[in-house]
Amino acid sequence: MTTQTLTHHKEGSWEARHNKEAKALFGFWIYIMSDVLLFGSLFATYAVLHNNVFGGPSAGELFSMPFVLTETLILLTSTFTYGLASVYAHHHNRKDLVIFWMMLTMFLGVAFLVMEVTEFVKLFGEGASWQVSGFLSSFFTLVGTHGVHVTAGVLWMGGLLVQVLRHGLTETTVGKITTLGLFWHFLDIVWIFIFTFVYLMGAI
Amino acid sequence: MKKVFIPLLAALVLGLGTFLGSYISTHNMGIFNPKGSIAASEMNLIMTAIGLMLIVVIPVFIMLATFAWRYRAGNTKAKYTPDWHENKTLEIIWWTIPGIIITILATITWTSSHTLDPFKPLDSSVKPITIQAVALDWKWLFIYPEQNIASVNLVQFPVGTPVNFQITADAPMNSFWIPQLAGQIYAMAGMSTKLHLVADEAGDYRGMSSNYSGFGFSGMKFIARATSQEEFDQWVNLVRQSPVSLSSEEYAELAQKSRENPVTYYSSVAKDLYGEIIMKFMMPAGEHLQKKAEDPSHGASSMPVMPGMVM
Amino acid sequence: MLGNLTTAALPQDHIVITASIFMGISAVGVIALITYFKRWKWLWTEWLTSVDHKKIGIMYIILAFVMIVRGFADAVMMRLQQILSVGDSYGYLPPEHYDQIFTAHGVTMIFFVAMPLLVGLVNVVLPLQIGARDVAYPFLNSLSLWLTVAGAALVNVSLVIGEFAATGWLSYPPLSGITFSPGVGVDYYIWALQLSGAASLLAGINFFATIIMMRCPGMTLMRMPVFVWTVLGSMALVIITFPIFTASLAMLSLDRMMGMHFFTADFGGNAMMYVNLIWAWGHPEVYILVLPAFGIFSEVVSTFARKRLFGYTTMIWAVMAITFLSFVVWVHHFFTMGAGANVNAFFGIMTMIIAIPTGVKVFNWLFTMFRGRITFASPMLWLVGFIFTFTIGGMTGVLLSVPAADFQLHNSLFLIAHFHNTIIGGVVFGYFAGITYWFPKAFGFKLNEKLGKAAFWAWIIGFFVTFIPLYILGLMGMTRRLSHIDAASDWQPLLIVAGVGVLIIAVGVVLQILQFIVSVRDRKHNMDTTGDAWGEGRTLEWSTSSPPPFYNFATIPTVHGRHAFWDMKHGESSEPKSGHYEDIHMPKSTGIGFYIGGVSFVMCFALVWHIWWLAALGLAAIITLAMIRSFDYETEYFVPKEEVAKIEAARA
Repeated sequence: MTTQTLTHHKEGSWEARHNKEAKALFGFWIYIMSDVLLFGSLFATYAVLHNNVFGGPSAGELFSMPFVLTETLILLTSTFTYGLASVYAHHHNRKDLVIFWMMLTMFLGVAFLVMEVTEFVKLFGEGASWQVSGFLSSFFTLVGTHGVHVTAGVLWMGGLLVQVLRHGLTETTVGKITTLGLFWHFLDIVWIFIFTFVYLMGAI
Repeated sequence: MKKVFIPLLAALVLGLGTFLGSYISTHNMGIFNPKGSIAASEMNLIMTAIGLMLIVVIPVFIMLATFAWRYRAGNTKAKYTPDWHENKTLEIIWWTIPGIIITILATITWTSSHTLDPFKPLDSSVKPITIQAVALDWKWLFIYPEQNIASVNLVQFPVGTPVNFQITADAPMNSFWIPQLAGQIYAMAGMSTKLHLVADEAGDYRGMSSNYSGFGFSGMKFIARATSQEEFDQWVNLVRQSPVSLSSEEYAELAQKSRENPVTYYSSVAKDLYGEIIMKFMMPAGEHLQKKAEDPSHGASSMPVMPGMVM
Repeated sequence: MLGNLTTAALPQDHIVITASIFMGISAVGVIALITYFKRWKWLWTEWLTSVDHKKIGIMYIILAFVMIVRGFADAVMMRLQQILSVGDSYGYLPPEHYDQIFTAHGVTMIFFVAMPLLVGLVNVVLPLQIGARDVAYPFLNSLSLWLTVAGAALVNVSLVIGEFAATGWLSYPPLSGITFSPGVGVDYYIWALQLSGAASLLAGINFFATIIMMRCPGMTLMRMPVFVWTVLGSMALVIITFPIFTASLAMLSLDRMMGMHFFTADFGGNAMMYVNLIWAWGHPEVYILVLPAFGIFSEVVSTFARKRLFGYTTMIWAVMAITFLSFVVWVHHFFTMGAGANVNAFFGIMTMIIAIPTGVKVFNWLFTMFRGRITFASPMLWLVGFIFTFTIGGMTGVLLSVPAADFQLHNSLFLIAHFHNTIIGGVVFGYFAGITYWFPKAFGFKLNEKLGKAAFWAWIIGFFVTFIPLYILGLMGMTRRLSHIDAASDWQPLLIVAGVGVLIIAVGVVLQILQFIVSVRDRKHNMDTTGDAWGEGRTLEWSTSSPPPFYNFATIPTVHGRHAFWDMKHGESSEPKSGHYEDIHMPKSTGIGFYIGGVSFVMCFALVWHIWWLAALGLAAIITLAMIRSFDYETEYFVPKEEVAKIEAARA
């Protein structure tokens, strides 16, 4: 922590209790709540439309479980690696390890996205595009929206990496690492729901 | 200012009141002039609900006027209690009384939702008649499956006979409504809704779509004609003599967009046309695409290439 | 290169050409005035880049007043068309044009008049009421404003380039799908509302966090002014429902742009899913708008009856009950879908239950007047007008909540009269009361009372002359959205009366514009030098000067009761004026919110016309701007205590 940031918040003052990081984290929690509702709407739509195949392929015919399982493991691992980055930022003040684990998380995030795009391209190749049926429209949108969120997370992580390199582990950067962590873990939870409701229940 | 304003306001209220009063008493008040038992029950329900609510609304108006007048700043004789801000008894009263009224209204709502459910067939010793109504862009098609005839923008049925309407759309969503006979129900593509009604008096009633469905919406109205059984039978015979019959091709022609269609009769109807109209929205892709080749008006949503991907 | 955009998109019809020329002249006029008075730099540094909640609030309200002119012009055109288009005459507007007007009227009034008025008033007042120096996220606040402006600009551009949606304000599919609406109208609708929706969500998060995190010491939840409570309820609804709105519109645009099948009639789509989703947002939306109006009236009635608000605790419970219940009533917008008697009855009963807490609020306002000393300043007139009008609107609302009655009233002009009754009588009257009430706080002088009262009378008389005939027409079986009327219907006399009513409302609008002009001209005579403009203020906003310094409070107040300022005035707690000041931490102005708003406008315009390269460029620019903001660690600064002392001395 640099002394400069510390002087900005006179210890124990009203301002300190209302500091920027605490407000940002609280606001981000509310944002996550609203994002739950966004995914909730897409899940509800998927639930309504998932049997409307209109003569096209159904969930059971399309998905390759080993592939999706690998995707899932990659994302779960990335949550773990991000957790490590977070621990090193909060408790050990180890800039080098934070950067290492964040880069690994980014790499895993990109790998997940590459797999997702591969799956989409494969489905498209088999004629299962989003124009075929209500089911496929809702599938591509639900999974794709999660993918867009992961992409945003990866971009954000890239930006944050540069900031950590530049400023070190200050109150501000550590606050940002916490906020991004919230987002990243949230995306993991959303994926678990997608994995269960779309892929597992689709395969049955 | 006040000297002019108050008489002016009074004159305006009186004038408007007189005008509206005379207008209401000389015109057909639609849902307040029911000609069938369903519409009559719905009118009674509306009157009951208004009556119940007036129990609260009238005291509110009286209090508003009295308090505003009595406690105006100029009236220093009135009692003034600047710190009085709580009274448990009063607050209990105004949670409870509206609560009781809403409970009564809720009970009425529950019963009436079931007795006046448009999907529920009517109790009657008379054998009902089935009519299938299809909302098209922008006209109503009525198919009589039992008589195997059809008509556009006019529906006729005998007085006293329960009518079972089956309703769908081959167009955007519409709503099927004959205010003097019964409340409305949506007409939706790929779905079939039901409406049961009976006319107690002969006459021509205004029927319409009440849900906006595009540029020709204003013209999407029809005549609902209730007649004696004999006149109805004569009408059926008249329709049967029509030179046109509603084949699939004729229907495809009719389903094209058109406005202000005249009343048209069809002497016969293609087999299970109503079912076909609904099923074409649910058919598997292959069969559907084949149909589409014949009917290019549905092309946009099935284009094999993504529309608009040209840079 | 330009996607689907060709010269065919330019206006062809003379009414649109006239409107476009009028808009062009107004824009050029404004630009010329700013240049003539050399105000560009001032405009940029003091306003466009400002993150001061008071200035952002004022800009929101200015936007609302610009857009209300547009929305009101639409209303006048609709009334005129229905008067003229009877029997053999088809009026002066073809349905292709008329149908865009009623869509634009609804969209403009809800999203670009009511919402900006709400967010604007909350911005001006709320931080002052809770003793804060700004909102929780000042930059996001500026971003919300500029996204809303971008959305409004998109609606206005559709008038000149291309067309607007002709689908009704909620654009039900399949009508709004690509098959039945192949033009760009629905795309303008979607992208304008996506911008406005994103802005509202950001504002919702911002104010919710502001209320939770930024209250001054001592202000517990049960000491918050009622207006703050109603905003808390309203913003909770924003946070929960706007994501649903965004998702529904996104799916509609995927159907249109990518050929998906969420809401198409065929290919396994389900249009009713859209209707459900959009009303799951749409019903709470009306409470989002009306709850803060209830809050305003609670402040107004106590001030002008010179009496404590009756039943504070009950008021809060009622607000929370309404907030919760508003989630479980959305099906009442489509009882006629045929969901079955049990479903309909459940949602009908839930709806009528809302009448109980709403009724309780009315009784509490009435008993605040009881044994008071009521001064009928214009905010108080709006309150009396509101109770009268809104009670009638509530009664017709309960009527519509009975499913079997709704079958006869739905989609008719009765429904139109009902929701104008609640929205004009509740929301509009409430925000007008709020604007008059807090105007001296924001600007330092009061509005002209004579013109304000005259405007009130024109509004309320005009309202009833317009909407009583519409109630009757609805009962006669006249449906909404008709561009032409059957001669046999004999509805024309009532339509003419309704048209006269709109003219009376127009007089009210003109009086309000005059009121602003006259008040600014005569401001020297209406100065508020005490900060407590009405002499009866109870809450913290009246404890600072009018207008407040940019940091609101030199010392953050400490609160000991519900009526913080009242206690200060009456010596029950010391006023926070000690002459000893500390450095004040304030956010720096930034142009990034303005830039993102501008780029979003370009991006959405490109998406409407399928100019893909420009849309991609816009997205890249938005990401870059967000990154630039994220890399900026110098977003705040300190006002030294010496400067605070200087400003305070000058104020005193």
